[in-house]
Amino acid sequence: MQPTHTKLDHVDDTAKIDNQTLLDVKDLKTHFFTDEGVVKAVDGVNLSLKRGETLCVVGESGCGKSVTARSILRIVPSPGEIVSGEINFQQRDGEVIDLAGMNPKGREIRKIRGGEVSMIFQEPMSSLSPVHTIGSQIMEAILLHLPVSRQEARKRAVSMLDLVGIPRPSEQLDAYSFELSGGMRQRAMIAIALACEPQLLIADEPTTALDVTTQANILDLIRDLQQDSGMSVLFITHDLGVVAEIADDVVVMYLGRDVESGDVDSIFHDAKHPYTRALLQSIPRYDSRENRRLYSIKGTVPHPFGRPNGCPFHPRCDDFIADRCDSIDPPRHSIKGEHSVRCLLYSAADEAPSNKDVPS
Amino acid sequence: MNSKPEIMPADSSIEPLLEVRNLHMQFPIRRGAFRRTVGFIKAVNDVSFHIRHGETLSLVGESGCGKTTTGRCIVRVYEPTSGQILYKAEEQGRIDLAELDNRDLRPFRREIRMIFQDPFSSLNPRLSILQIVGESLRVNRVASGSELEERVASLLKRVGLRPEYIRRYPHAFSGGERQRIGIARALALNPRLIVADEAVSALDVSVQAQILNLLQDLQEELNLTYLFIAHDLSVVEHISHRVAVMYVGKIVELATTEDLFTNPLHPYTEALLSAVPKPDPRLRNKGVRIRLEGEVADPSNPPSGCYFHPRCPYVQDRCRQEEPAVREIKKDRWVACHFAEELDLRGFEAIGSTPSV
Repeated sequence: MQPTHTKLDHVDDTAKIDNQTLLDVKDLKTHFFTDEGVVKAVDGVNLSLKRGETLCVVGESGCGKSVTARSILRIVPSPGEIVSGEINFQQRDGEVIDLAGMNPKGREIRKIRGGEVSMIFQEPMSSLSPVHTIGSQIMEAILLHLPVSRQEARKRAVSMLDLVGIPRPSEQLDAYSFELSGGMRQRAMIAIALACEPQLLIADEPTTALDVTTQANILDLIRDLQQDSGMSVLFITHDLGVVAEIADDVVVMYLGRDVESGDVDSIFHDAKHPYTRALLQSIPRYDSRENRRLYSIKGTVPHPFGRPNGCPFHPRCDDFIADRCDSIDPPRHSIKGEHSVRCLLYSAADEAPSNKDVPS
Repeated sequence: MNSKPEIMPADSSIEPLLEVRNLHMQFPIRRGAFRRTVGFIKAVNDVSFHIRHGETLSLVGESGCGKTTTGRCIVRVYEPTSGQILYKAEEQGRIDLAELDNRDLRPFRREIRMIFQDPFSSLNPRLSILQIVGESLRVNRVASGSELEERVASLLKRVGLRPEYIRRYPHAFSGGERQRIGIARALALNPRLIVADEAVSALDVSVQAQILNLLQDLQEELNLTYLFIAHDLSVVEHISHRVAVMYVGKIVELATTEDLFTNPLHPYTEALLSAVPKPDPRLRNKGVRIRLEGEVADPSNPPSGCYFHPRCPYVQDRCRQEEPAVREIKKDRWVACHFAEELDLRGFEAIGSTPSV
């Protein structure tokens, strides 16, 4: 059941990703083998994150965005496992390793977790330990990954709390998570995540549980920290407003697939996939006062056991082409630069090899 | 196809369906072995507003500001500490719901209904849809047997569910469908006022759009009045005719949606509007950001003067000492700030949005 180590033999294959790319996920499939059947939570996701940039993974609940994030850190809960695909990550020393090939309980991945890659979660209350002080939770990460003494670790923990904007950091070091407000808890969690200066921060809906004013502060904080440290951020969210505020690149997911990816401007102003467009039309906007009705996608997200054939979105799609969308699995089609879409409306042009342009 | 908010309900000549006057709701803090009361949390602190027939009034604010408690006082889940909840009943005229006991409240419980936030925890998993939606009809002896089934089926149809689902259980439905069931349950007794407590907050955007459209359609068809409690300002802007902003148990500003969003008069409203992420990457880093420092005040131990003064960017000495009263600056425009007239605050557009057409 556990993936083998054999893939680690390919670490010298640096051609897999170039120097600018920190993380490259290729055709990742994470399935859950339940008693009732196989849930294909992630079924062929591709994403690529450059150094120092922010990639937002956006989609509705059940689209597999969180499982994708957890797959990268190899913390997918049982009975889920990575079935196939590659997660190529460039370490600090330039070596490229495939996280998908690692033993999720092995020494290598544990060195990565909290060290080179760390994660912050949606619910700071349930992801922080209630029986340890904030300080001891930060120090735990530091002592695990850095060759420092307890005293140095404590000093570093204080400076981390200061960095994330917690007032009176040396006092708050001995506070418990329940003594802090929601925003402060999320700051403490960010301090833990950043304690070892990770190259990649995975943020899984870090602001969803927060109030809008607190959310704005936390987004500012993540942005500032990123500017100072040059780390990359993989930001999982369902809030398109947040995406517009912080993303460099965006991956839109639907039913375990990346249906469209590209830079943030293309996604918001030149969206190609019918799902992306529908999502953008269904958010209430201030400038839409004239039209008081929101666009809504017909139907609902299918049951995980009843995945549609062909394009997963076809039963809800307004541009559905009979006999094609329900049978052909749309390949990735490059629009311009990094912007690509998985939709037969565009890749139909590929069949005539000379015509690379998109009918729109 | 839906009426624009400027029209009908904002018309001040329409008599209020509900008027809340000086509502207070305090929860005791008990400590020690004898559970002695050591203090009070003033969850709702002197709140007054009215809702006109057929309009949507939204209560917005951060968590802990008392918006949900206010809603619960109106449906009389809580017994308010003091204040009046004057409801214009269909036949009897104005009645103060705050002073009625459970038995006298019964007829009004049919007219004021609630929709809850979490569609997963607000439906009993062991009851079928027929039982959930039909319960109030059965309990109030409105219908029974096959008539009950017919009524429930037509309610399901009205909220966009298939009547064949009547014998299914909540687990067979998605979040959006469950929220529709919750709405059908609220509609069962032909209510006049619906308190929707974060009714779309737990839903995905595409489903949220469906439910918002449904709520608007129902309002038009059935001439419903909504008290819409929410924290998402873009949703509030979309659905409401008027908006009340709450901070630490008090209303700090109340205005028509248009006025509040384009021309806020309270610094807290301005800060809230500024914090809303705009769904357009081209607006990034445009306009002025207002970031509130510090934390929401503790409702059991609020600061002196204006509760917002420790976080207010425009704070002056007077704000620290004197508590501002809620004043009606002009018709339908209420604000609790000493300097509302002097401050030139930024609205939603000025902070950064494409000019509306």
